Amino acid sequence: MTDARRTVEAVWRIEGAKIVGTLARMTGDIVLAEDLAQDAVADALTQWPESGIPQNPGAWLTAVAKRRAIDTWRRRERLDERHRAMAGDQAARADTDADAWQPIDDDVLRLVFIACHPVLAREAQVALTLRLIGGLSTEEIGRLFLVPVATIQQRIVRAKKTLAAAKVPFEVPDPSEWRARLGSVLGVVYLIFTEGYAATAGDHWMRIDLANEALRLARVLAGLTPREPEAHALVALMELQASRFGARVRPDGTPILLADQDRGRWDHAQITRGRTALARADALGRGRGSYALQAAIAECHATAPSVADTDWARIVLLYEALGRIAPNPVVDLNRAVAVSMATGPASALRIVDDLTGGGALRGSPLLPSVRGELLARLARTDEARTEFTAAAALTRNTRERDVLLAKAAAL
Amino acid sequence: MKYMLIMRSTEAARQDYEKVDFTEIIEKMGAYNEALLKAGVMLAGDGLADSMADNFVVDFTADPPIVTDGPYGETHELFSGFWMIQVGSKEEAVEWASRCPLGPGSKLEVRRVTEMSDFGEFADNPVLQQQETWRAESGQV
Repeated sequence: MTDARRTVEAVWRIEGAKIVGTLARMTGDIVLAEDLAQDAVADALTQWPESGIPQNPGAWLTAVAKRRAIDTWRRRERLDERHRAMAGDQAARADTDADAWQPIDDDVLRLVFIACHPVLAREAQVALTLRLIGGLSTEEIGRLFLVPVATIQQRIVRAKKTLAAAKVPFEVPDPSEWRARLGSVLGVVYLIFTEGYAATAGDHWMRIDLANEALRLARVLAGLTPREPEAHALVALMELQASRFGARVRPDGTPILLADQDRGRWDHAQITRGRTALARADALGRGRGSYALQAAIAECHATAPSVADTDWARIVLLYEALGRIAPNPVVDLNRAVAVSMATGPASALRIVDDLTGGGALRGSPLLPSVRGELLARLARTDEARTEFTAAAALTRNTRERDVLLAKAAAL
Repeated sequence: MKYMLIMRSTEAARQDYEKVDFTEIIEKMGAYNEALLKAGVMLAGDGLADSMADNFVVDFTADPPIVTDGPYGETHELFSGFWMIQVGSKEEAVEWASRCPLGPGSKLEVRRVTEMSDFGEFADNPVLQQQETWRAESGQV
């Protein structure tokens, strides 16, 4: 990759969302805005190596894109009122344009909501968000998700067609839809994070770059919606979870469970940032939503000196609250584990048995594996062995299977 | 990747700086910090006091080390503030650093912060189970 391309990419990363946002406001057309911006980037790639990087590269790109827009319209003789206004605006400011350019945060926020619009499939939302808000190239997105670049390009092209077909306006949602739409945006960002955190695909257990990308998006979002507690809470949750990255695997790649992690290797600056973000969410005084509750659980772990000295009773309470506002069998299972730490395996087993009775998590190794642990602690050895063996049969991961079979054999 | 932007100024530059309208400096730095924050790249940052009374240097050439008052070590450039940013590429760090509102006689020394991958094989290794991840998160032993 040439130096010019790297520089243009860096500028795009910093300015891309603002440029597309500005163009989308002016044209009222998000798809056209993105195409114009891409053309401007192509111009930069040919011109910057000779002319040098302009003083204000974002303004340069925006001005070039606007000029291209007007040229296009002139060619097509389709100067309707809006375009004529734009042309006038352009002429009036011609050379001072670069200095006058002031991106507007609201434009970026509109862009966020469009990238995560409900008419789009989840993977299209993810790709568009990373492209438009994160300012990543399709090559970078492909690399992060370990999928071919062509696949990402197709997703983005298709997403743009869908937005055009659905005539999605360049607007933030109505107040009546705001909460659900913001929830969807936060969900997309957290999905990007968990993809990096748990690495459901590929060889890497953790893809730290992807998780960091999500964190950056979450910080941008919290900056755009400072009055939204869940936006800050999502930053908090991801900072706190990411603070353990450094302590989660041995050099040979084997996982280190929480109890065995060297807590000195947790990123304490990151823990502080996470706690600050959670405090910011709490300070808005609107109660804790699901991200704030999850962040509070992560905070309990992050501030405990050891597993034994963890405030498990508090974690149980937080899981109970979380389970009520966002019912989910995995949350219930997590609660059972916390209960087993707080009050012992017998009461935890009752929760797990209720889950089993309800048919939750069928086919997943999670349930028999936890049940096996609890039975083992209750000295119900034969039943525990059966559960571990059942869990081993359900997992597709060989390393996990070995661990479970070893547990069964050790009983 | 994380970078530390270390702000250094010569004594002459610092004296020139004192002639500039302080509110203007604050505004420019404020705008720069705001841009970093809104872009989601800023992790930390602070200015450092330069008074003789507050600062000292510990020199480990001798044993026990020698403690001297004042902010200066051997260098005559004063380390006057820093930022920690997290970005996607070296070029992006260059972009951000170049936008810092500093004047003649000032420099930013930009250093990449070392990561796990500088030390081990973490980045390349393992396939890991969803369950282990979940258990680590849930705090299960």
